[in-house]
Amino acid sequence: MSAIRDLAVQGMQMALVLLLAPLLTGFVRKVKARLLRRQGPPLIQPYRDLLRLLHKEAVVAVNASWLFRAVPYLVFAATWVAAALVPTFATGLLFSWSADLIAIVALLGSARFFLALAGMDIGTSFGGIGSSREAMIASLAEPAMMMVIFSLALIAGSTQLSAIAAYMLSLQEGLRVTLGLALIALVMVAIAENARIPVDNPATHLELTMVHEAMVLEYSGRHLALIELAASLKLLLYVSLIGCLFVPWGLAPVEGTVPDYIFGILAYAAKLFAGGLALGIFEISIAKMRVFRVPAFLGAALMLGLLGALLRFVSGSF
Amino acid sequence: MGVTFALAGIAVLLGLALPAIALARVKTGTPILYGIALLASLGLLAAGAISLLGGVESETVLPLGLPWVGAHFRIDALSAAFLVIVNLGAAGASLYAIGYGSHEHWPARVLPFYPAFLAGMNLVVLSADAFSFLLSWEFMSLASWALVMAHHRDPENRRAGYVYILMASFGTLALLLAFGLLAGPDGHYDFATMRAMSPAPLLATFVLVLTLIGTGSKAGLVPLHVWLPLAHPAAPSHISALMSGVMTKVAVYAFIRIVFDLSGPPDWWWGLAVLAAGAGTAVMGVLYALFENDLKRVFAYSTIENVGIIFVGLGLALAFEANNFGAAAALALSAALFHAFNHMLFKSVLFFGAGAVLNATGERNMERMGGLIHRMPGTAFAVLTACAAISALPPLNGFASEWMIFQAILLSPELPQWGLKVLVPAGGALLALAAALAAACFIRVFGVCFLGRPRTPAAGAAKETDVFSRAAMFAFAGLCLIAGILPGLAVDAISPVTQLLLSARLPIQAAIPSLTFVPIAAERSSYNGLLVFLFIAASASIAAFGIHLLASKAIRRGPAWDCGFPNAAPITQYSAGSFAQPIRRVFGTLLFRARERVTMPPPGSMVPARIDVEMRDLVWDYVYAPIAGIVGTIAERMNVLQFLTIRRYLTFVFLALVLLLVVVAI
Repeated sequence: MSAIRDLAVQGMQMALVLLLAPLLTGFVRKVKARLLRRQGPPLIQPYRDLLRLLHKEAVVAVNASWLFRAVPYLVFAATWVAAALVPTFATGLLFSWSADLIAIVALLGSARFFLALAGMDIGTSFGGIGSSREAMIASLAEPAMMMVIFSLALIAGSTQLSAIAAYMLSLQEGLRVTLGLALIALVMVAIAENARIPVDNPATHLELTMVHEAMVLEYSGRHLALIELAASLKLLLYVSLIGCLFVPWGLAPVEGTVPDYIFGILAYAAKLFAGGLALGIFEISIAKMRVFRVPAFLGAALMLGLLGALLRFVSGSF
Repeated sequence: MGVTFALAGIAVLLGLALPAIALARVKTGTPILYGIALLASLGLLAAGAISLLGGVESETVLPLGLPWVGAHFRIDALSAAFLVIVNLGAAGASLYAIGYGSHEHWPARVLPFYPAFLAGMNLVVLSADAFSFLLSWEFMSLASWALVMAHHRDPENRRAGYVYILMASFGTLALLLAFGLLAGPDGHYDFATMRAMSPAPLLATFVLVLTLIGTGSKAGLVPLHVWLPLAHPAAPSHISALMSGVMTKVAVYAFIRIVFDLSGPPDWWWGLAVLAAGAGTAVMGVLYALFENDLKRVFAYSTIENVGIIFVGLGLALAFEANNFGAAAALALSAALFHAFNHMLFKSVLFFGAGAVLNATGERNMERMGGLIHRMPGTAFAVLTACAAISALPPLNGFASEWMIFQAILLSPELPQWGLKVLVPAGGALLALAAALAAACFIRVFGVCFLGRPRTPAAGAAKETDVFSRAAMFAFAGLCLIAGILPGLAVDAISPVTQLLLSARLPIQAAIPSLTFVPIAAERSSYNGLLVFLFIAASASIAAFGIHLLASKAIRRGPAWDCGFPNAAPITQYSAGSFAQPIRRVFGTLLFRARERVTMPPPGSMVPARIDVEMRDLVWDYVYAPIAGIVGTIAERMNVLQFLTIRRYLTFVFLALVLLLVVVAI
């Protein structure tokens, strides 16, 4: 019985993240547009974009290899699996034990690895510029993320995301210096990982400032649709991650009942709303950085994360 | 029984060295020799695996070596584990060389030394007394030196051989002194006696430092690594794979044998020293790799990085062991051993791939490659798998072992010493940095060599390599996946080693349902590589199926878009140097004194603009150059002694005699 329920929760979550991801992207765009006194595209515009891309023929460069055509599926699959393992509305995910937080982050790393390779496959200079900068950003963002994981794992005594969320929910910890540092570092990493302002601009097509968009410049049609969907999923994943770690309230417990789950979904919707709103406001109130300022930004995240972990290593009371 | 069988295998290899001189003269000799070496390695592999899994220890004493010691050979769990690593790597290299070896221009310079090198590495692992250990160690070094010098017409290779033989002699000297201290004044050279009498704390400290120098110089710990990126690439590619993938592991074996087994209980700061050396090595190694353009040298530098990771695991194990945290020490040691095994697998594939590319294009410089995935699809696929594995991407094996090291780090806040409390998280941060930089490094390697468009006609005319080479690469790439999705079974296989050295082991993984890997406790952390792999496969299939149902299947081939630029020349692609530029700006300015100078032509001039990058190797500048300078100066001064008159020489002889008599008198 419980296995069936857990399976249902896991299945629901997989479908839910897939369905909600474009909506969150559309919502952030809407918030930004409204704050700039524009009407903005409707909330469902990302779905329409995806559908249109799916129905178009894919134009592939003559010298593209098989890797170029396989990468969208790999990137999408790795991101989807990672997103399916982050608790959104309930903690009792059937497969949560198959990958802990380190593995989830590494899955996103796999997606990035292959996307960066795809950027170099055609042999254009823009693809290369995107891959090279993405590699530089990742080389600082990943250790910063690892330090955040260290801090959280030391607090909760586990790297299992469901266990950390359950621990946070039990309110044993209260406010901690380490938690605050980890939150700031995690938000900074999330901004960089999702190619948001001030690190990268998802809306730009000015060549020299592109990072993520430059890597996927050669993609079109269904391949581009998968990559766009994966990017939306990644944004949703990070919002869910921050939600389940730092505002775990409303998460349905392991042995949840139906009202628990309904309440969990409502709470999750509220978290996504708040996250999207905060991201939109943050993005319009700050200018994009020069590429070579990004290392300082991410270096700060790394140092904050390291400080948090170090404090926790030194004493359990931080 | 096991050890007799293993020694017979080694005897076959040694016996092969002489007929190899004759075999080298005939064309069919090369595959025959490598075929026999393959069989011998498989036999030794079986001996190691049976001893490890069956838990059999066996020992034999041969009437060789020092008359009052004899030559002790012994297989225990540690030797057996490294027999498996050494001989699996050797079997792969032999299989690869059945095909690859036919491209050798001077087989007589390679064939005799190859089986001798394999025999040397096996003998080191089996030796159970200091004399046969050092003899085997030196034999291994000399055989590999001869292989490095195989193409000695190239002045770069001669220099590599010179630096290598210097560093190898220095390392052996350090080990000789370490064993001297361990043997004590009465000269107990067999390991069983050494183990029984643990040295005094001060002596043990010297032993640790000497062992770190001796084995670290062979394994490539920074700053003793300078010979490694010169020597490993200079040898033919299957030898490079052996030196990088296997010989560095023999050095790791020597470190474990001396420090964990022979030196008595560790002090807590041993862990600190080893951890610091390992973490620094990991980051420096991968940064060197990122800024290097020679494909084989990139792989050699990446070996330094991975040796650093292994030493981080060993340092953690020492720190835990010193505080009697048995389970945590077992986790850290298992992680180090598993990473040693994994590194042997993927580094072999990478060097095999580099050899195939070198044959196909005649190039080692990445800036002159490109687009090889179209012309060498099999090689490209195997190398891609290895690149993903070495970049610690799930579900492959590199991730599994690095995940274990991170889990071990997360157990360390319970360590009581302040030094460890501060340094362990810093080591963890450096390790995470090294892992992320390794991913960047291997995106660069694969992207520049195999993807894009060919940068030279040679790269455009490359041909796929032969079937034996591909078989070796695919077999090891497949093992990378298997070890990655079933890490629990590998850890179970390692457990006799931790039981032997630490009297502790991880929980039996085979008993855990659905093959999940749980190092300590399920609520603490677990990882199921198999399930992650199946999930990714299923999600990708669902996506492909959904696309097949819903979306347009039309595909059109057209020229590259590139933001509307016309089809530019291949030289406009991102190169290896330009790919590394952002990272060079971030990390290189401080650690490598990287300077970029852009020379723009005056307006109207048609001269191309130039960018010059200058980087300095600070280790070479500040450690080795002064030493070389001092040695040179002393030699210069001593040179005077060569041109004296006979009277002066006689005076010197007389003075020396008087001095010696005075010494004897006192």
